[in-house]
Order: sequence, then structure tokens, then C-alpha cells
Amino acid sequence: MSDLMRDKWAALRQATPARIALGRTGAGLPTGANLEFQFAHARARDAVHSPLDLDALAAGLQPFEVIRVNSAASDRASYLRRPDLGRKLATGEAEKLNARTPCDVAFVIADGLSSAAVQAHAAAVVHAASARLEGLSFGPVVVASEARVAIGDEIGQVLGARLVVLLVGERPGLTVADSLGAYLTYDPKPGVKDSQRNCLSNIHGKGGMSYDQAAEKIAWLSRAALERGLTGTGLKEESGAISQENAPSIDEA
Amino acid sequence: MSAYRCSLGGETFRFSDLAEVMAKATPARSGDALAGLIAQSDVERVAAQMVLADLPLKAFLEELLIPYEQDEVTRLIVDTFDADAFVPVAHMTVGQFRDWLLSDAADTATLAALAPGLTPEMAAAVSKLMRNRDLIAVSRKIRVITAFRSTLGLEGRIGSRLQPNHPADDLKGIVASTLDGLSYAVGDAVIGINPATDNIPTAMVLLDMLDELRQRYEIPTQSCVLTHVTNSIEIIERGAPLDLVFQSVAGTEAANEGFGVTLAMLKEAHEAGLSLGRGTVGQNVMYFETGQGSALSADAHHGIDQQTLEARAYAVCRAYDPLIVNTVVGFIGPEYLYDGKEIIRAGLEDVFCGKLLGLPMGCDVCYTNHAEADQNDMDVLMTLLADARAQFLIGVPGADDIMLNYQSLSFHDIAYLRNSLGLKAAPEFEAWLTSMGLVSETGHLLDSGIGAQRLLEAAQ
Repeated sequence: MSDLMRDKWAALRQATPARIALGRTGAGLPTGANLEFQFAHARARDAVHSPLDLDALAAGLQPFEVIRVNSAASDRASYLRRPDLGRKLATGEAEKLNARTPCDVAFVIADGLSSAAVQAHAAAVVHAASARLEGLSFGPVVVASEARVAIGDEIGQVLGARLVVLLVGERPGLTVADSLGAYLTYDPKPGVKDSQRNCLSNIHGKGGMSYDQAAEKIAWLSRAALERGLTGTGLKEESGAISQENAPSIDEA
Repeated sequence: MSAYRCSLGGETFRFSDLAEVMAKATPARSGDALAGLIAQSDVERVAAQMVLADLPLKAFLEELLIPYEQDEVTRLIVDTFDADAFVPVAHMTVGQFRDWLLSDAADTATLAALAPGLTPEMAAAVSKLMRNRDLIAVSRKIRVITAFRSTLGLEGRIGSRLQPNHPADDLKGIVASTLDGLSYAVGDAVIGINPATDNIPTAMVLLDMLDELRQRYEIPTQSCVLTHVTNSIEIIERGAPLDLVFQSVAGTEAANEGFGVTLAMLKEAHEAGLSLGRGTVGQNVMYFETGQGSALSADAHHGIDQQTLEARAYAVCRAYDPLIVNTVVGFIGPEYLYDGKEIIRAGLEDVFCGKLLGLPMGCDVCYTNHAEADQNDMDVLMTLLADARAQFLIGVPGADDIMLNYQSLSFHDIAYLRNSLGLKAAPEFEAWLTSMGLVSETGHLLDSGIGAQRLLEAAQ
């Protein structure tokens, strides 16, 4: 390939983050590009399989009280195979949450499919969002392991929370492995439909939603939800501020 | 009450109905475990396979897995069953059918004539008795030829979909990925975009762009924006240059409801696509996608195993003469297909069942980052599927779909299959590749860079 050609393909490469103009050797991928791909995949897999450092997360959440719970999925393999188990608390775990003063908002942090996302962003989003919700009462922050989005329904109900704001590690991609999602559910209880939640997606530091942007939206939605007594499709249509495009299917998280 | 029983190793296994025999005879996968349908032990699985092997094929005409009155897919299967075509195998058990499929008596012409006489349940049943190499050996004998501006399915060829997705539907970004793919000789089955924003205006902008690109380079291929079938009908009415009508389909009426489609809507869309007459060498205007687990995911599985339901989706597809059908095998996630072994098995089953039923069956050889799979598993599956003569496979830049966030095959992988297995692109497309200076007479990519230069110059 001439130098001129290289320059032209380079210009095309500026047009997309896709892996184009990688070059080839025969029909094969050159060593450098091959290793770059392996690195991206390794990072995504580590995001799925590395356990959350719960002590570090709890330290980052101070001065909030932090309660740790486990889902009914006993390990990562059962979490991945059995979505139903990741959506409910393990036997006995609800007792850790009993007999609390009812609150307006409870933050729940679920590891989901990316512990890396939760480790990097969850505490910062909780602080930024709660700072914008002055005047409301908060429950303890519940950190749930091997957990999916719907676990927040049972947790919110037991805590007596009017609204649950659940932060969850999203399915990692090759480009971004630490993307955080936020799901808001009014009147949480087991059996809530996915259409009764509001979702923010792509909270991360690589061109995604910033902590302040996410906190603004969470605060707007929280106040609107508590005022109108609902979350979900009804609230989304009125806000106009939240893009649901490309939001991951809730079942994946 | 149990009509289905088998004594094995001193133990008697009973199965309450045909659906249970089918589910328990299925090679293990996480989706059937999630649905609570899987065999409880490996020996129970073999017992179910032995029961299945002794069942007459006719049993599937007598005991419908989902009642005729309840499900329009069942009605389609029953109403379009061709009893005359079924005659050559009508006396066989499922086990005898397997033996016959593997024999030289079941040659390309015989299998083509048989297809309308098989129901999806028969295809699924026999596949459950077959090892991976059996699935490959029979798939390879089946030829399904379809055409639009290129002809797909001819002997010695493998097609490819060029998938240039962009997270913001940026036109320059999509063109950049498309040119990259064309320089790797990818795109003879279709250049197909999954839009990030799924609405009619976006789809029309993308269709205009793809059509302009196709005409500027005079590429003998077809384009598609993978949007809902009702959008495509509306887009056709508005006069946008739409080549192929796309839709995801599943194997039960209830699961199709989850996709927002009915058979009546598919018929209307098929007729609308045909009305345009845009094909030059053929008029196969439909592009369908399927995948094991979609019915369970929609809570619409009727207690039937996911592989049997997948085969039933093929009955939906074949009613509308598609150009291509694609099983998106590893996309749905590990709760349905857990690891590379399960994904590979499912990919081979799907291509086998689809081809046996007469479909132009291709595959998106793919996985997500939370599945126990990696690119090495995709290397194995793509090589096996090329050997099984899948109609087409999907290629994305560097195997990384930056919009849908999963990994498929790369453009390089399509070139590898053609080089290593001696396969070529569709003949019309191959002639274009040669005229552009992109490939040699053997179909290998040329190192001169002349073809890429021409692509770039025309893009200025």
C-alpha cells in the first residue's frame, strides 16, 4: 500500500470508531491488531468475572450506611445461567433490611454484568444524585452481589422506600467495559414490569454520560416520580429529557 | 398413561408426551435448563433419544406439539404440509430417517424434492439424533438457490453480509465501514445496517445512502435496513429504494406477537416487496432472522425445547420465499446458550434444519462478552459452517459490532474461509470484484491495492 493510500484510509478511520483499515497478512489479522482485540476482550471478560471490592465501595459511599446482601444466585456461573435467581434475595437476606424507617429514596447498587463499572462509578453517582435531592429522606445504600435490576423491587419493598434508584453494571462491550446503568422504580415490589421503570444508560468516562449529567437526570426523574406517583413509560414521555435509545434490554442487566 | 418409555441399564424411563421426549432428547443447553425442560441426567437424555429414534415420522403429523386451534404457526405447518413430497420417507422412523439422510441415496436432488414434505418438528427430531459431523455431512448435500441482484447458494460459494453498523447512524462512518468491507470482498448476500435509531425517517436516509453507493460503484448486491416489517411497508409506500424486507421471527404465534408481527403482516410485506420488482436476477425479497431462545425470552414457549421452536420459525420463513435467513446464534446470551460448545452445536443444528426445510440458511457466528466463548470458538464454528455450505455468514469490521456490542466474524474471516476452503463469492459479485481489481481469478484478495484505490477514488 502506498503512503497516499494509507492516508486516505486513515481519513476514513476518523469517521468511525469501528475497527476498519486494520491491514491484513494474507487473509489474516496482523499481530498488532490481533493483540489489540484480545486485550479489549480480556478487559470485557474481567469486567464480568472479577468480584466487586465491597470494602472499597463501602468506603467510597461514606457517610451513607451500607448494607450488603446476596441474590439467590450463589456464584457467577449460576448468575449467568439463571436470570430468575439474580432478581431475588437469597433466603434470610431480607432480614438485614427489616424494621427500617420508611424513606423517599433508596439507592441500590447491583454488580450486574460489570463489577468494573460499579467499582469505578457507583459511589460517585450516588453522591452526585443525592446532593441534588435535598429535602428527601434516604434509606441505607444496599449493595447486592450477583444481582440483576429486579432485585431492587424486593429490597425497596422491605426497606419501605417510595422510590428505588438502582445502579447496575451494564453488559461490557469491547470499547467500553465499565458502563453503568440506572433504573428508577416507583412503589417497588416484586412483580413490577420493566415498562414501569425509567432507565439511563451509558454512564462512563469514555464519551458516555458524565456523573453530573446522570445525577441531573436521576434527580429530575426522582422528583417527578415522587410527585406524580409513577415511573416507566408514562413518565418518560413527559420528561423529554431522557433518551431511551440504545438503552440495553433490562433483562440483560 | 405414558406411551413413551424406554428401559435402559436396568432403569425404566417414562415420558408423558412427545414434547417431553423432544426436550429431553436435546443435547444439553442452558436455555432448556432455564425452562425446566432439560433431561435430568445424561442417561435419561439417551433414553429419550432411543424413544425418539423408534418413533415413526408420521407421529409428528398425529401429535401436534402446539394445538392447531391455539397457534397460527401450527396451522401454517399443517396447512402447507406436502403429503406427496413426504412419500419417500413416510414409512420411516426418526432413526431410520437419520440413517437414510446420511446415505448416498439422499442426494442433492432427492433432498430438494423432499423439503416441502417435512415439518419443522421432523427436522428438529432427526437433528437431535445426529452428531455435529452428521449435521455437517447432510447440510453440505443440500443446495438452496436464491437470487435478487446476486445469486446465492451455488456450489463452491459462500455469501457474506456486510454489516457496517454505527452507534449514531453516522453516514460517513457507515460508508467508511462499507468501503472497508467491500475491499475484503464482503457483501454479496447483502449490505445490511442495524439502525441505532429504529424509525422510518432514519431508515429512509440510510436506504437512500446505500442505494446511491450501490449505483455509484455498480455493485451487484442488495441492501437492507433491518427495521420492523411495518416500517418497511410504510417506506415502500413512500417510495424509498428498498431492496429487501427484513423481519425477526419466532416459532410460536405468541412469540411473534412479542416481535409485533403476524403471518398476515408478513404476507402483506412480502407482496409489497415483490411489487417493486427491484431484483435483476431473481425476486427473493425477504430477509429473516431467528435464534434459539427467543420464544422462552418472550415467555411464549409452550413447554417446547428451544431448538424445536427454532425449527418452527423456519416454517414461518419458508412461506415467503426469502433470499436469506440468518440464525443469530450466540447473540441472545449465556442463559440460552452458555458456552462455545453450546453455540457451535446450535449453529450447526440451525443451518441443518433450515436447509433440510428448503431455506437459504446462513448464520451470524457470534457471542456476547458474558458468554463462555471467544473468537477461537467462532473460528471453529465458521469453518464448520462453511464446510456445511451455509448460504452466507456475517462480517463486521474487526469482528466488533460497535452498535450492538457483541462480537461476530471479521471481514478477514470471510476472506480466510474463501482462501482456505476454496470458496468464492456469488458469481455476479465475483465478476464485479474482479473488474474492480479486488480479487484474483482464484478469488484471493489482491495485494496490489488497485481495487482499494478505486473504491477510495470514487468515494471522494
